[in-house]
Amino acid sequence: MITRRRVLSLLSSAVLASAWVSAPAAAKDTVKIAFIGPLSGGNSAPGLGGRNSASLAVQQRNANANAKYNYELVAYDDECKPNVGIQVATKAASDNSIIAGVTHYCSAVGIATVDTYARFGLPVVVWGAILPEITYGNDYKEIHRVNGTMINEGKLAAEFLTKQGYKKFVMIHDTTDYGKGQFKYFSEYLKPAGGEILATFPVSPDQQDFTAELTKIKELKPDVIIVGGLTPLGVRLRSQMDRVGVQAQFAGVSGIMTAGYIEGAGAAAEGTISFHNGAPLSKYAEGQVFMDAYTKAGFREDPDAYGPFAYSAANLIMDAIEKVGPDRKKVKAELNGTKGYKALVGEINFDDHRQNIMSANVYVAQGGKWVYWPESDYAAGKKKLAKD
Amino acid sequence: MDLGILAQQVFNGVMLGVIYAMIAVGFSLFFGVLDIIKFSHGDVVTVGAFSSLGAVGIAGGLVALPPLLALGAGIAAAVAIGGLVGSLIGRFLILPLRQAPAVNVLLATLMAGTVLREAIRLGVPNGGNPKPFPGLLPAGSIRIGSFSVGYDSVIILCAGLALVLATHLLISRSRMGLAIRAVAQDGEVARLAGVDFQRVVLGTFALGSALAAFAGCMLGLYYREINFNMGVLLGVIGFASAVVGGLGSLLGPIIGGFLFAGVQTLVVVVLPFSSAYKDVIAFAAVIVLIGLFPTGLIAERRSERV
Repeated sequence: MITRRRVLSLLSSAVLASAWVSAPAAAKDTVKIAFIGPLSGGNSAPGLGGRNSASLAVQQRNANANAKYNYELVAYDDECKPNVGIQVATKAASDNSIIAGVTHYCSAVGIATVDTYARFGLPVVVWGAILPEITYGNDYKEIHRVNGTMINEGKLAAEFLTKQGYKKFVMIHDTTDYGKGQFKYFSEYLKPAGGEILATFPVSPDQQDFTAELTKIKELKPDVIIVGGLTPLGVRLRSQMDRVGVQAQFAGVSGIMTAGYIEGAGAAAEGTISFHNGAPLSKYAEGQVFMDAYTKAGFREDPDAYGPFAYSAANLIMDAIEKVGPDRKKVKAELNGTKGYKALVGEINFDDHRQNIMSANVYVAQGGKWVYWPESDYAAGKKKLAKD
Repeated sequence: MDLGILAQQVFNGVMLGVIYAMIAVGFSLFFGVLDIIKFSHGDVVTVGAFSSLGAVGIAGGLVALPPLLALGAGIAAAVAIGGLVGSLIGRFLILPLRQAPAVNVLLATLMAGTVLREAIRLGVPNGGNPKPFPGLLPAGSIRIGSFSVGYDSVIILCAGLALVLATHLLISRSRMGLAIRAVAQDGEVARLAGVDFQRVVLGTFALGSALAAFAGCMLGLYYREINFNMGVLLGVIGFASAVVGGLGSLLGPIIGGFLFAGVQTLVVVVLPFSSAYKDVIAFAAVIVLIGLFPTGLIAERRSERV
């Protein structure tokens, strides 16, 4: 360590010296940050959007002459599978040159990896997974989260849908922690809001055919079918509803609020309601600036709904490193105390479980895009939701 | 339960059954002629679905085609590419391994399936995401009380049944079918009798694979959505149906397919709210049936492996 420190000080004095005589040299230390998310498979669209957004944050920081370090984003693919997630989490966490991580979109993976990060002492900031237990189910000081949880989303879903006059619900959820959690929180808030769940269908996340379940649902005549799952499940259910002739409003948690859902379900996507912790980019003070920079950087994929969170998480981490240096323990302590941090997604305040306090928003699929509910034709009464 | 809903469930089951049967028939054909299990079969279904999607997209991009012509182009592409992929796998993977242990063929085709699957995922733009499949069949539906079925579903169902029947006629009536049956009974003797062994084998692979590819196209039209790993479970189900029905026969896998679909649908109807277990129960039923009928419900007429 001593020799390393000496080398460092020598280096920095050399840098100073060279700065004296010539133009400022770019001899900054390189600090590595991990990004982990689904970069392949059915949930790769939000994963790639998150990676690009985090990468944009790093590029911007490196272009900034005032930054003390040069940053490098190391991206890992968790494939939205818990077993793969643990592998790559271990790989990232056991690599000492990685100081912190921007981790996980899929809740099933996010919850599986918390122990790994705690064991290796790698501070991470979750950018997309919304299962409450990731922050609330443990007391690991390493785990932080910038996005909200499904508690907010479930509560808003129950309150909003009942306010639209819907009373009878059927829920289809996948059997992972993500889907089960969605069911738990939605049903918890639905009862006090005056709604009733007629039936629940737990299904495997990669099931193809839902005609039998949907025929069963048709018999129950619900007002709303709500899906607790990710995009592939949402697409299949929405397209097959028409086939079986189920007349009900379709709604889903933030897992379906992706460009992939609109592309996959095609015209049938129109009118689908979703709930998401993030506000539309136009609602953020710096939203347009972010989007312009993102477009200019020439990424192939859209940032998707959680991209701004990955961007904010990466910036939060880099600001902490700028302040306390590339040391996992110090970065962790710095992140723990985050209060009133100005980020793209609004102010970030961590509670005692290092969970950012957020409120959710309602969206509706309209004309091939997810539109912020208050600005939609549906809210204005120009278009109508499915009701019988 | 009212009658309309019951009819709807029966329709759902039959529809699934036809799709399973079309895939299972391929397994049985391959086993019949060469005594091999070709595990890439499920992914050939995916290849068929994506070929027809691609053909419809490309054709539609060049000229504004009426839906029926676009559909024709889609089916032609699925059948042609599916058949080609099947015979290529037969020619370069299975025939050279003919003297090798059966496990090698199994493994080689399993790997070939992964190659096909990943090629689609990586080669198709945004191939990891589910893709919408255009609705090319006439819209509208027949409604009788609480029973509602789209015209397109009826057309798909009839096409599937017709194709399974056509395959049956091809095998039992045509000259090609005679050659296939001859090779299936005894390859050596068939060769001595002047049957072009390699041509028959490759023809069988092309036939079975084209059938699977057509099933892929049907799946796209029916579910309006396809994805790169749709073939994995379908392949396993097709294989299970073929084994239950009787590998090597033609009627067996068809019965097996309908049986599997029937169990799956029945689970959802009879045990509501436990639909997550429908595959568990259906596969458990397969295990029981294999235990009771080791050679399948309809055994090969003349077993060579006594």
